[in-house]
Amino acid sequence: MKAAPTIRIQSEDFNVERETAAIRGQGADVGAIVTFTGLCRSEDDRLAALEIEHYPGMAEAEVTRIVGQATQRWPLLGVTAIHRNGKIQAGENIVLVIVASSHRQAAFAAAGFLMDWLKSFAPFWKREHHADGTVGEWVEPKASDEVAVRSWDGAPYAQEHQSPSRRPLRGAPEGLTSHQSRIKLEGTS
Amino acid sequence: MSMKLVYFAWVRERIGKTDEEVSLPSDVATVADLVTWLKGRGEEYEYAFENEGIVRAAVDHVHVRPNASIHGAREIAFFPPITGG
Repeated sequence: MKAAPTIRIQSEDFNVERETAAIRGQGADVGAIVTFTGLCRSEDDRLAALEIEHYPGMAEAEVTRIVGQATQRWPLLGVTAIHRNGKIQAGENIVLVIVASSHRQAAFAAAGFLMDWLKSFAPFWKREHHADGTVGEWVEPKASDEVAVRSWDGAPYAQEHQSPSRRPLRGAPEGLTSHQSRIKLEGTS
Repeated sequence: MSMKLVYFAWVRERIGKTDEEVSLPSDVATVADLVTWLKGRGEEYEYAFENEGIVRAAVDHVHVRPNASIHGAREIAFFPPITGG
């Protein structure tokens, strides 16, 4: 990807049209732009707001790493990822992901990947503020988010970044090592 | 070995502080060792780490697993599972 990605963590709202226009200007090869905006739901008027805590420094670093993985996997021409922090009222924007590519497949796939990974690895935590004025519990991750992030092959952890060859091989037969299978063969002869 | 610890969300609330500087004995070598050492410091830490499988960690802004070395780390963070996006 020629153009540097746009990555911002901010308390103020973002302007989807302005951000889309910026990525549209990344060149004549842009043939597809996928835009995802995540909003704060009111949950049938039960929720007044979400309070979003983040880890300053790591949030920027982790979003940058996730965007870097996307640009390695797909031929992208531009990426914008903006995540808000602080108190966000129901109906307001929380997160924006825009992906530009020459063709739609890469743009759709990369946008899905980015959102699945941001949800599980970008260090943000949500707490509910109820419409009746009470402060609720910290939100727990959904099992479906875990399933979504596991659907992509990848390694968010430090040791695995450094030495992927030491990870156990997926698909290796369980239970029998080559040594054990040799013994078994000998036993049957 | 001296380093900064930072806490977020309900881990921060249970421990009752956002960050602290600690001086660690030399036998505290991994993230899991550090959790065990912290739990020996008081009930607020025991409460925060009562279910060790839940609390996540990062060393110098990178996610790590419990067996990760903390040698040479400047900042170690503990936090609940992430709910971003």
